[in-house]
Amino acid sequence: MSEKEVVLLDFWPSPFGMRLRIALAEKGIDYEYKEEDLWNKSPLLLKSNPVHKKIPVLIHKGKPVCESLIALQYVEEVWPHKSPLLPSDPYARARARFWADYIDKKLYDLGRRTWATKGEEQEAAKKEFLDSLKLLEAELGDKPYFGGDKFGFVDAVLIPYYSWFYTYETCGNFSIEADCPKLIFWAKRCLEKESVKKSLPPQEKVYGFVLELKKRLGLL
Amino acid sequence: MMRRRRRRMTTRLPTTCSLPITTTEPRPDSGLITSTRNQELPPMAETLTLLDYWPSMFGMRCRIALREKDIKFEYQEQDLWSKSPLLLEMNPIYKKIPVLIHNGKPICESLIIVEYIDETWKGKAPLLPSDPYERAQARFWADYVDKKIYEGGRNVWSTTGEDQGEAKKEYIERLKVLEGVLGDKPFFGGDSFGFTDIALIPYYSWFYSYEICANFSIEAECPKLISWAKRCMEKESVSESLPDPEKIYMLLLELKKKAGK
Repeated sequence: MSEKEVVLLDFWPSPFGMRLRIALAEKGIDYEYKEEDLWNKSPLLLKSNPVHKKIPVLIHKGKPVCESLIALQYVEEVWPHKSPLLPSDPYARARARFWADYIDKKLYDLGRRTWATKGEEQEAAKKEFLDSLKLLEAELGDKPYFGGDKFGFVDAVLIPYYSWFYTYETCGNFSIEADCPKLIFWAKRCLEKESVKKSLPPQEKVYGFVLELKKRLGLL
Repeated sequence: MMRRRRRRMTTRLPTTCSLPITTTEPRPDSGLITSTRNQELPPMAETLTLLDYWPSMFGMRCRIALREKDIKFEYQEQDLWSKSPLLLEMNPIYKKIPVLIHNGKPICESLIIVEYIDETWKGKAPLLPSDPYERAQARFWADYVDKKIYEGGRNVWSTTGEDQGEAKKEYIERLKVLEGVLGDKPFFGGDSFGFTDIALIPYYSWFYSYEICANFSIEAECPKLISWAKRCMEKESVSESLPDPEKIYMLLLELKKKAGK
């Protein structure tokens, strides 16, 4: 009879949804995953996120939390003891938030432009996308994770994009590993973690989805 | 080597300290700002600088947060058309203000700065509630302000004709959403002024400009929101941090002239 306390409204290829799946898995939290059809949004989604009508939405004891970074911080604050994702030092926390925000400002849109555009626009997007990844690579430095010795907030925010790399590379005809080998190394390290492995879809599946999407949008 | 005698650091920051009240109240655009009464003295050799630009709503949030907590800081006005080496060094990625520099270490992005201030100086005026769900709500609405209110307002003053009509309509709709969230509470934070209030109130100094440029009255459409804004302005931390709306309007006219509009 007991309904699960935590429900995640999500869409399987969404990098924003993936970060929450990872965080919940890291903390060993049992939850119900609800796949949403973004072309036919459920009444629950529209009721839980009336402002933006977007996924992911984390619903905890019936109360919705929207916007993935906000929901990620919520998960961190409600379940602080297992696998903390944010450091305790305020300056280190500010840096983690800064880089998570940077990832959100840059990667989704630039990544989208690498697969959704052509010609000059696509070339410009590819260059900017790689520049952003290089900046992140520099921030990672020689640390095993952005969080230092342990997988943390920025790692959880960034690793979902790895499942889209094959799509970007194939559509844009370039190699991310060639320009950012350390980042790919880091990504593979993250993928050894169970929480990440089970939260990211296979890269080929994402590519198949994007091909369908391009057809639908008349971009092929 | 002579060792400088250091004041013994206690784990608690001193609460109030009797410093002379400053005689002049500098305007936010006049350079060095010193705070006024009953300030918390940071531990010895601590430095705190805010790189800012007087009409920036994002900068104002940081000023308010620092003043809410009675923290002494140095305000450094930046020329955005000729960015200082310090700004470029402290925010190489975006090259934008505001930047808070605490003991030489920069923190960028206004809402991240406000959270940093809240977490570093816990003793006075908590800006975020303690309950995780309430905190998520506060962050959500501050994020809404960032996503919808800045650009919305910009569209109002920078467009004309039909486009401006559309921009006004959309802007009012967005303000009404916030008015709905406020409800009958004195502040977005409930009984006390908090994170969402800090995120939004700086826009109040720009309302006059929007109203003149687009010939409408925000108060007529959103009276509760204006009531709330005036309540916020009664707080010293806010009134000391927001510039004169007429000054902003004059600046806007200058910017429009420069852009050939």
